[in-house]
Amino acid sequence: MKAKHQRLILAVVALVALITAGLLAASALKDEAAYFYAPGDVKAKGVEPGKPIRLGGMVVKGSLQKAPDGVTIHFDVTDGKATVPASFKGIAPDLFREGSGVVAEGAFDRSGTFQASNLLAKHDERYMPRELQGIQYDEKTYKMKAGQ
Amino acid sequence: MIAEAGLAALWLAASLALLQLALAAIGLAGGKTELLSAVRPVAVAQGGLTAIAFALLIALFLRSDMSVLLVVTNSHSMKPWLYKFAGTWGNHEGSMLLWVTVMGVAGAAVALFERALRRETHMATLGGQAAISLGFYAFLLFASNPFARIDPPPADGQGLNPLLQDPGLAFHPPTLYLGYVGLSVAFSFAVGALLTRQVDAAFARAMRPWVLGAWILLTLGITAGSYWAYYELGWGGWWFWDPVENASLMPWLAATALLHSVTVLATRDALRAWTVMLAVIAFSMSMVGTFLVRSGILTSVHAFAVDPQRGTFILALLGVYIGGALALFGWRVGAVREGAPFELVSRETMLVVNNLLLSVILGLVLIGTLYPLMTEAFGHKVSVGAPYFDRIAGPVALTLMIVMILGPLTRWRRDRMREVTRRIAVPMAVGAIALVALAVLAWGKIGVLPFLGLVIALAVAVGSVAPLWKRNLRRTPLFTWGMVIAHLGCAVSLAGMACDSAFTVEKLVAARPGEVVETAGWTLRFKQILPLAGDNWTALQADMEASRDGGEPVLMHPQSRFFASPPTTTTEAALLTRWNGQLYVVLGQEADAGRWQLRIWWKPFVTLIWLGGFLIALGGAMALIGRERRGWLLKWRARKAEEAFA
Repeated sequence: MKAKHQRLILAVVALVALITAGLLAASALKDEAAYFYAPGDVKAKGVEPGKPIRLGGMVVKGSLQKAPDGVTIHFDVTDGKATVPASFKGIAPDLFREGSGVVAEGAFDRSGTFQASNLLAKHDERYMPRELQGIQYDEKTYKMKAGQ
Repeated sequence: MIAEAGLAALWLAASLALLQLALAAIGLAGGKTELLSAVRPVAVAQGGLTAIAFALLIALFLRSDMSVLLVVTNSHSMKPWLYKFAGTWGNHEGSMLLWVTVMGVAGAAVALFERALRRETHMATLGGQAAISLGFYAFLLFASNPFARIDPPPADGQGLNPLLQDPGLAFHPPTLYLGYVGLSVAFSFAVGALLTRQVDAAFARAMRPWVLGAWILLTLGITAGSYWAYYELGWGGWWFWDPVENASLMPWLAATALLHSVTVLATRDALRAWTVMLAVIAFSMSMVGTFLVRSGILTSVHAFAVDPQRGTFILALLGVYIGGALALFGWRVGAVREGAPFELVSRETMLVVNNLLLSVILGLVLIGTLYPLMTEAFGHKVSVGAPYFDRIAGPVALTLMIVMILGPLTRWRRDRMREVTRRIAVPMAVGAIALVALAVLAWGKIGVLPFLGLVIALAVAVGSVAPLWKRNLRRTPLFTWGMVIAHLGCAVSLAGMACDSAFTVEKLVAARPGEVVETAGWTLRFKQILPLAGDNWTALQADMEASRDGGEPVLMHPQSRFFASPPTTTTEAALLTRWNGQLYVVLGQEADAGRWQLRIWWKPFVTLIWLGGFLIALGGAMALIGRERRGWLLKWRARKAEEAFA
């Protein structure tokens, strides 16, 4: 085979690979674009049960309840526009408390309760889930505080 | 005095970098070759000064000098000395000083130990290294001075983030930085070779050990970081596709591609332009990662906009260096002569495919990391999480693993399809048997990716040792062994990842002291809960006895630690390692009166993930030593021969 042909084949293979990868990424990112929801978005757009999403907002004061099994909690998440019920089975992060921000990973069940499989909290000196902007980190008390 | 001396050392180092750049530029461009002989001593002095500045900052931390702002904001006099020491780089300014120190010392090492490179290219490389260093000196001195004083000094410091108060901090960041910034040498080599138009096999042979060295350290750093996150965060996961983690993965992917293409260039004198391009990309990824981590842009685009000085500074550096290198590449690539040709069925082609797939993964990770930042700038909040990366990068990585079987079993230059098929028959058969066996045993019980992962891991494990088949093992060169071990490490690591996601058993309970919890064949007796005090923390500790199949019980002590400065609680998971997996116990909060939350995982073969990472680095070290030793032996023999004639 001539060197020219061989280069051509390599170039075509590379091009096909890159285009395939690009298409894959684009399709996945299209799904991902609908990955983060605030309660208001949930109410406005609706989320089908079982679809994995991230839900972010504030934990409503007075809504936190412990289930008898000792490892499940129920709470409401709000963004001021809407409020959705959520429950989480597991060890909640220390910074998770009423009146503070939360980003929960999970899916809605058929009854409309958000079943969280993971609660995200900040895990580095000055790093916290970026979805929680507007909810600020108080450098003095090392607590999150609600922003404007 | 110490702080002022440190600052003076930094300024001096920066001026030496300027001198080094000027000497190299005038010497090479202006033809004043007598100036060139001064470049190497200046580079060594510059490296020494950065090391002194860094040592002085360490001294300030060890002495808890509360008149220095950085010590106040990141340290505390009651901290154990190890964390005072390691806390030096557990913050923005300190880690940037570590960055320029590594860059300066790497430059000094190139000046002292590089012998294979032609003198012109060597000097151009040192000039390039000085040029990059200069930007980061400016960043440090104008935007992140680690030696700034505070007046009046407070009584004590604010302490270090408790999550960082772990022996991991002493090892992980320095190793990662050595690798990360070590890639700057490859970048400078590329720039130097483009300037002197000397891109060829000899150049690749000179560059290879530096790339290998940086890559080994990067591999170790990422492996250590993954294990650290695994046991310190208490989430049971080992990789979170967090942007900070991606920032270290992207240079590794580029460096891995570079490592393979530089071998093609060194062995066959092919892929000249591409190898130079990769060397530029690899360090560019290090700089992109630093920008992501250091600019505050990850917290949110708005946080970045509030305090844009540092971010803009790094972004400008990124633009200048990446843009400059790419412009130089575009300008000079025409002068890089076409390399040697090769046939379609050849190891060269396999390595091209390797490079292509690694680049695709790199691109996908880069897009996934930057996409949320870009959409946020336009007002949309989007998260890109594990589902994207697993779904997208996973299949490409598995394909790459299959190519890893093919590559080493294909001959350089030209091979025959039938021969290659014959050589890969055994690994493929093992893979097929594993596929059938797993399908019968576990179909529907485990996900598609872990399923394929296990099958491919077995095939690659066999395929990676296949190059040793029918060879005299004692005469097999050390660098061939290195390749075998590194590829085997990939298979081992993949097997660990697949086992972890396929077979992990999790149990979550609220238990009273005295109760017994059973899971995955383990019996855990929760004996009692006790308060405990450390140097700068208090804790609640659970005493547990774990036993399996009526065997000898082993004590486990998961803790929940409270740090006073800054006030934070951390979970200290208890780990019990067996040959076939790890038992992972986390103590949660008090659920109600007398009951405590316990989270227990049995993770079969999870340790293979990090064992694999270690094997990959070990393989790299064997290749490095093997190549270097061969070089020394050849030189030694040549000298002996000369002496014999004389």
